[in-house]
Amino acid sequence: MLKLSKEKLKDMLVKMYRIRFFEETIKNLYFEDLITGPLHLYIGEEAVAVGACSALKKRDYVVSTHRGHGHCIAKGGNLTKMMAELLGRETGYCKGRGGSMHLADHKIGLLTCSGIVAGGIPISVGAAFSSYYRNSGQVTISFFGDGATNQGSFHESLNLASVWKLPVVFVCENNCYAITVPTTCSLPLENIANRAVGYGIPGKVVDGMNVLAVYEVVKEAVDRARDGKGPSLIEAKTYRFEGHWVGDPIVYRTNEEVKEWKKRDPILNFRKTVLESDQLSENELNSIQKRARRELQEAVEFAKNSPLPNPDDVEKYVYHVEEGGKH
Amino acid sequence: MREISYAQAINEALKEEMRRDNRVFMIGEDVAVHGGTYGLSKGLLEEFGEKRVKDTPISEAAIVGTGIGAALTGLRPIVELMYIDFTTVAMDQIVNQAAKLRYMTGGMAKLPLVIRTQGGSGTGEAAHHTQSLEAWFVHIPGLKVVMPSTPFDAKGLFKTAVRDNNPVLFIDHKLLFPKKGSVPEEEYTIPFGKADIKREGNDITIVATSLMIHRALSAAEELEKDGLTVEIIDPRTLVPFDKETLMNSVKKTGRLLILHEACTRGGIGGGIIREIIEDCFDYLDAPPRVLAGRNIPIPYAPSLEKMAVPQQRDIVETVIGMTKFSRRFSTHIAKS
Repeated sequence: MLKLSKEKLKDMLVKMYRIRFFEETIKNLYFEDLITGPLHLYIGEEAVAVGACSALKKRDYVVSTHRGHGHCIAKGGNLTKMMAELLGRETGYCKGRGGSMHLADHKIGLLTCSGIVAGGIPISVGAAFSSYYRNSGQVTISFFGDGATNQGSFHESLNLASVWKLPVVFVCENNCYAITVPTTCSLPLENIANRAVGYGIPGKVVDGMNVLAVYEVVKEAVDRARDGKGPSLIEAKTYRFEGHWVGDPIVYRTNEEVKEWKKRDPILNFRKTVLESDQLSENELNSIQKRARRELQEAVEFAKNSPLPNPDDVEKYVYHVEEGGKH
Repeated sequence: MREISYAQAINEALKEEMRRDNRVFMIGEDVAVHGGTYGLSKGLLEEFGEKRVKDTPISEAAIVGTGIGAALTGLRPIVELMYIDFTTVAMDQIVNQAAKLRYMTGGMAKLPLVIRTQGGSGTGEAAHHTQSLEAWFVHIPGLKVVMPSTPFDAKGLFKTAVRDNNPVLFIDHKLLFPKKGSVPEEEYTIPFGKADIKREGNDITIVATSLMIHRALSAAEELEKDGLTVEIIDPRTLVPFDKETLMNSVKKTGRLLILHEACTRGGIGGGIIREIIEDCFDYLDAPPRVLAGRNIPIPYAPSLEKMAVPQQRDIVETVIGMTKFSRRFSTHIAKS
């Protein structure tokens, strides 16, 4: 018997499927030339976003990265608005101004996705400071990859968050590669979580292919943050099944390595666990899967039928303008 | 009217805005216990407490990022970067994040953030504490850039900056802090995008910013003895920029000199000249000129440091040279 309720498990699986199918769908749309620019897929890493965000409340915050689709869906993002954004439509989350790397939905607490590696981490500290300042009890999760932990802003942010005991959980998705460079060439230590020692905060390694394990560890850190005990650093060991971007020739890793990691597919494993626990039946699981597929089809339909932004509006939204003012 | 220093004017603006709105807070290096390197935040900690006035580690990216995250979630942060030179360490946060968040979220994000800093040379601090980097930020869509020259302007503009819903880079000049000027006791604000004519004249228009306004004013006094009257315009905010006031002045005087302390190459002077040439070409009696800093790092030795940026004598000489030239006059001769 698993500790989580049937509803919670269902919700987690729904989100994992949504992420997987969203990514597969956009990969196809990319090759149909309906999506431009680089696409960073989250396939293989679903357990991290879903496990971590399942430990949050709706009003909690998330700050994400260039590989942010999974975080958006896991936090409760709207597939239709996401798809429209990736297709550069006026009906998208950011009215087609942001695209794949810059999703945001302030209603669900997704504040921003940074296209600059580690650029979102200082902002997550600010969101956490804001919760502390307003006594709002909100917690922020800051997602970033292994590569980000070699940036200066990672260091500045963890240090400041620790000194001020801010309610933020730093979740590092270690997917073994910083674009093409393996962590063995960019990190002098086996566990990034050990860097937490330098900031006087807890650092934990978790199996990033296991959604329940991620949930457990992040939940503990979130509760701790909500209690005013300060930040934590969690390293989720994971793997991207695809390249860094769609079209990546992937010359830097072997097929054997990919095959090994695919054996640990986070969705298949979670499905198996749930089935074995008898909390959800095969039929229920299949209908979850089907529903997610249908949602994606609808999202694509909606996005394709949505208008592109009006070219005359190209200078709109550079500045906030008071009611009645000029742009 | 009472006279207070530029530093006191900013200090008053800070206190008044923090009293008015409890979403306003201030963080930065040495701003709390010490009251700021130039004393701008003196008394804030005592009045508003540790939550609203905070000393930070020396971590400029984290300081600005904290401001961004707080602004995105409903607060109105004032973050201080001790020297404008230190913005280089926080450039990703300022340029990629703060400036672009509203645009790239299609208007979803609102970012009421003030980044307060100071620049300029004249204190023997050498190349890492004396730069004038405003042009970099003028170049970035999404930022507003303020550069006041007097205590009155500084106070009114600072209050407007705090109330603005966009990221504002507020740049003081370190030599201006002790300068005194008239500031009313009553509440007032100064809108962005409204230039101020600091001195009226007919023979030439000088556009200057920050400390250079004062140097231009002294030069104008000297030039008046030679019978030349100089109109001095302080744009006060570089973004948004009040082109109209400048055009009206150029149409009257027929001559334009832009004066700034920042390096000439890539400075704001070039952009201002472009705007004027495009719209006022027929009114110009002489080629417009830029008198600005040399294209060198600021040197340490006093004898070299003052060579790096325009001095009063340079302004006087440039103006005399420009007023000798008259295109309209020479055209007349050619026609007759």
